[in-house]
Amino acid sequence: MPALDTREKLAILADAAKYDASCASSGAKRRDSVGGKGIGSTEGMGICHAYAPDGRCISLLKILLTNSCIFDCHYCINRRSSNVRRARFTTDEVVDLTLAFYRRNYIEGLFLSSGIIRSPDYTMERIVEVARALREDHDFRGYIHLKTIPDADPELVRRAGLHADRLSINVELPSRQGLERLAPEKDSARIETAMGELKGAIEEGRDARRHFPSAPAFVTGQSTQMIVGADGADDRAIIARASGLYDRFALRRVYYSAFSPIPEASAVLPLVRPPLMREHRLYQADWMLRHYGFSAEEVAASVDASGNLPLDKDPKLAWALSNRDLFPLDVNRADRSLLLRVPGLGVRAVDRLVAARRLRRLRLEDVARLTRSIANVRPFLVAADWRPVALADGIDPLGGRAPPREQLELFPG
Amino acid sequence: MRVVTLAAEDDFEGWRDAVRPLAAARVPPQDIFWRVGEATSGLFDAAVSDPLPPGEPFSVPRAFLTLAETVVCHSDPERFALLYAALLRVLDRPDFLADAADSLVQRLERMARTVRRDIHKMHAFLRFREVATPEGPRYVAWFEPDHHVVRAAAGFFVRRFAGMRWSILTPALSVHWDGEVLAEGPGAARGDAPADDPLEQVWKTYYASIFNPARLNVDAMLKEMPRRYWKNMPETALVGELIKAAPAREAAMIAASTGDGMSRPKSDLTAAERQGLAEADEAERRIQPGGNALAAWESLLADAKRCTRCHLYKHATQTVFGEGPLDARILFVGEQPGDQEDLAGRPFVGPAGQLFDRALGDAGVDREKTYVTNAVKHFKFEPRGKRRIHSKPQAPEIEACRWWIEQERILIRPAVTVALGATAARSIFGKVVTITAMRGRAHKLPDEEGGEAWVTVHPSFLLRVPDADRKREEYARFVDDLARIARRADALR
Repeated sequence: MPALDTREKLAILADAAKYDASCASSGAKRRDSVGGKGIGSTEGMGICHAYAPDGRCISLLKILLTNSCIFDCHYCINRRSSNVRRARFTTDEVVDLTLAFYRRNYIEGLFLSSGIIRSPDYTMERIVEVARALREDHDFRGYIHLKTIPDADPELVRRAGLHADRLSINVELPSRQGLERLAPEKDSARIETAMGELKGAIEEGRDARRHFPSAPAFVTGQSTQMIVGADGADDRAIIARASGLYDRFALRRVYYSAFSPIPEASAVLPLVRPPLMREHRLYQADWMLRHYGFSAEEVAASVDASGNLPLDKDPKLAWALSNRDLFPLDVNRADRSLLLRVPGLGVRAVDRLVAARRLRRLRLEDVARLTRSIANVRPFLVAADWRPVALADGIDPLGGRAPPREQLELFPG
Repeated sequence: MRVVTLAAEDDFEGWRDAVRPLAAARVPPQDIFWRVGEATSGLFDAAVSDPLPPGEPFSVPRAFLTLAETVVCHSDPERFALLYAALLRVLDRPDFLADAADSLVQRLERMARTVRRDIHKMHAFLRFREVATPEGPRYVAWFEPDHHVVRAAAGFFVRRFAGMRWSILTPALSVHWDGEVLAEGPGAARGDAPADDPLEQVWKTYYASIFNPARLNVDAMLKEMPRRYWKNMPETALVGELIKAAPAREAAMIAASTGDGMSRPKSDLTAAERQGLAEADEAERRIQPGGNALAAWESLLADAKRCTRCHLYKHATQTVFGEGPLDARILFVGEQPGDQEDLAGRPFVGPAGQLFDRALGDAGVDREKTYVTNAVKHFKFEPRGKRRIHSKPQAPEIEACRWWIEQERILIRPAVTVALGATAARSIFGKVVTITAMRGRAHKLPDEEGGEAWVTVHPSFLLRVPDADRKREEYARFVDDLARIARRADALR
């Protein structure tokens, strides 16, 4: 095979990385390049430098080091039995590409993952070497996210943590049986052990920094991803799994990636359009867990007979409609934690309502200024000049408005 | 009518200096006319400039200054007057800004949000092009912000690209960084910026490759990346083409998938390589004690990792199987893994495990030479907020898990099997027994496998004894039991 130039390799290895949902560059410790030899900064909130026509943010140079892999996971385009073109970047190529893109303000940093070649330790070493070269040889202070290989030596993971802002380990599939069937070489217990070890290392790093300001900076968070729609797991199982992962491993985020058909797919997979609406509902459910104080059971209470969240309404609205006895809430008196449960009110809106009501009694028009759509919120609230009736009458207050969404078949036959 | 002339569109300091005496004298907002730049002749040239009555000096909350500093960058000509009106309200009521539902507060906040968004989009969508100069490369960008944000946004580029030489050209103002000082220059035209950069081809390659045609969602893209920014972003030239080709590419992906990936051989290894690997494995196995015991134990472990004999596997992290040498003389059976064991995947590593290790040490027993396992292999717990509280395994779970412990006993054939606590005893004897009645002497196991059975307390019992004296007593008794069991195991050799 003739040698590929960097651009051809980039086309192959970015294409291979596009199934990973995460592109976040937030949550890093603030730092900048003033007084350094190189370039780069992180300012807490990440920046999306471009958006692809799939609506997803492009924040990082997201590539694989190589798309060769000794594993044979059915859902993955890079599995060893797949017929895709293979390519491999050298350390210098990745470093140069990252810096060249960064200088032109295309990206916030690098998200590096890799197929597994030779052995997990060998692969992990190559990944760590790229991060080390960026940080130490080029004094690069931008964002680095490394994908961690669960079977790699914990010492290598610790070294990765010294250079990266975020590490992640993918749980891949929501159910253990799914993982066994679709990724026979991966072991969910091994994956979770690695996540547990990483959590310990992150806590240790934070603790060391607290006691010794001179201790080396360590990665500040870990996240994970699961593929939705490739195995039989229903939303109830996915929510329970996500909630368990948040509790046990102190994750920053769980990403849900709707399984999308891949070229050269294995025969055991469903070849349908990715369930994007389902993915969206799962993110909403995830939000309820993380920001609105719902428990996994409460979120899952609105699943239908098949165990899935209704596609036609937001799970927070579904929860509110099945708990009508709690509403309407008095916007001037209700507890903050209860206001957070009103569909249509977010954390920001609630905080501003709570601050404003200290000064005077709020009327409906005041609430309207703080929310996106007063018509959707109104049925659940009592204000100084407003008292709703629809809910009490057993009417679905928003029911008549939104027609049920349906995922149409675009390519029948 | 009083006229205030500010030096520049985003002249926050000028505004602040001007409002100090005006607000102190409570001049009403409608009596002030704000303008920016050179004083040219106009409608208000005859404006009065009577000396203001002196007023009390005042201070305002920090939050108001932050808001004003941002709002001043907005392009709305009313911004100076609105801010002044808000200042008078703040002087009446220092908590005025907290009333986010007030229409003036809301208008200012919306303006501040617009400015922050404009700054953010400038940080995100500005693109540098490389230019070769005698002193080395210089990076030049052309950008057209909607509001007067160039000065406010420049700090970010200084912090980020401190080690680089760069210029940002905009219609109203240009800024230049030479590695040490940020210099300002007059506005520029698009033609002053370089027309191309060869690396943009590489960037476009990346942009086209990272896009997944099966997830096409143009609205979401347009919401975050409105068309007005497109003209200065190289990659957006591809958008139309990518959208048009997406359905066909998705169909092609699905068509390519119908070739069955499963029919190819699953391994890249040749037959010779596979045999070589198998021989190496076998050689490794032979140097371990116990013939093929290790292979048997490994396959047992692999099966146990996938155990679904009872429902506990659903919520636990993993199976926690036994560990230790397969020629161990003593086999310890505990109850079930705890929180820490569940995360680590190893038995007896939590608080009870540490106490157990200490007791073994005091009894002169080397844990490395014993095999340690649990009656139930998955952690049973009740979620309590963020914590997982240990919950005692019930008879069905113990029964379901008995199979594994029997296999372990058959494989290891210890001289002595020790039940730590009631659950373990329930498991190895197959019935409920009383610890106190059976403690301190040898028993026969029902299936004759696994040598003599001994019973003692579970180390976690020692952790729960409230009284310190009794705790010491019970600990000594536990160590005593362990020492006696070790002597017995030696005697049975």
